[in-house]
Amino acid sequence: MDIALNISSALCLFLGSFLCLSGGVGIIRFPDFYTRMHAAGVTDTLAASMILIGLMLQNPDAIVILKLVMILLMTLFISPTTSHAMAKAAMNSGLQPLLDKKENKDGVESS
Amino acid sequence: MRHTISLSLALAAFWLLNSGYYTPLILGLGLVSIIIVVYIVHRMDVVDHESQPLGLSGKILFYYVWLGKEIILANIDVVKKIWLGKDAISPVLTTINISQKTDMGKVIYANSITLTPGTVTVNLVADQIIVHALMGENIQLLEAGEMDRRVSRLENSC
Amino acid sequence: MLIAATIAILVVMALTIIRGCMGPTLYDRILAVNMFGTKTVLLISLLGFVMGRPEFLDIAIVYALINFISVIGVLRFSDSFGFKQPHQKKVSGGKDS
Repeated sequence: MDIALNISSALCLFLGSFLCLSGGVGIIRFPDFYTRMHAAGVTDTLAASMILIGLMLQNPDAIVILKLVMILLMTLFISPTTSHAMAKAAMNSGLQPLLDKKENKDGVESS
Repeated sequence: MRHTISLSLALAAFWLLNSGYYTPLILGLGLVSIIIVVYIVHRMDVVDHESQPLGLSGKILFYYVWLGKEIILANIDVVKKIWLGKDAISPVLTTINISQKTDMGKVIYANSITLTPGTVTVNLVADQIIVHALMGENIQLLEAGEMDRRVSRLENSC
Repeated sequence: MLIAATIAILVVMALTIIRGCMGPTLYDRILAVNMFGTKTVLLISLLGFVMGRPEFLDIAIVYALINFISVIGVLRFSDSFGFKQPHQKKVSGGKDS
């Protein structure tokens, strides 16, 4: 039982680290602000949940698990709000997104 | 009154969870804090159906499960695009009509779109939202309207 | 595995700092700061487990809230007044030349 818990915890932590690294690479590689925001979204949702679930499996203490659940819920509730606020502020200040030429049908000026 | 009781219970759970000490002094301090917070919130007049949609609480759990599945699929997609590099992506900015009537339904829908990696809600005006997506397929998936229908059902049930 | 995950998070934080220093626009920098903050929350909880002191989780909760409020504050500030103009000029100038 203990071994199964340890293995699944290690697996979750590994997946979380890999997703985090992918997000970090994405934030460097993607061409403009709006696409980078999607890369940051990966690290905010699945990577954070995977790492926190991995930590939950490490510790049998009830209060620690509840606190980890609270951090997870907070992350999941806060991250869309922040992303939306950033996107709206950037759009209001006139930062044009880099759009694909083929898909650009509704006349938004592509920069 | 129902909302006041549920707010007090939520605050009590929050206090008990965060403190972890159950001596009379600490519990008394918690009780005093809860009473002060409930009083201030009543003075600010923000305890109502909008801040605490109680009818939603049961139904939304199923929606969370479905949303979690969607988020995992979208994550895999975006991670694939990250490692494939710049040529794999084709960013789109479009306007989508939404069918929700209440403010709460609109907010739930817009937040669900933002929470799913690959799509971000940029703006919400009346019953249209502007969405920035990493790929054209994401927009087609949204326009197919699975998420829209589910949020509308959630909204009608409450 | 805990230590490996901690190192991975540290690497990601380094990448975010690179983006924050490089970032062509203001909003890239704000995004980098926000992501740095969320990664700090994960780092603090991981470090608590590495050192065997899960009390660190309280600090992680507080850090999550502070990070949220600071990012929203900076965005409000950038929306209402201040550094809107030079940023616009810089972007259009860069694109034209």
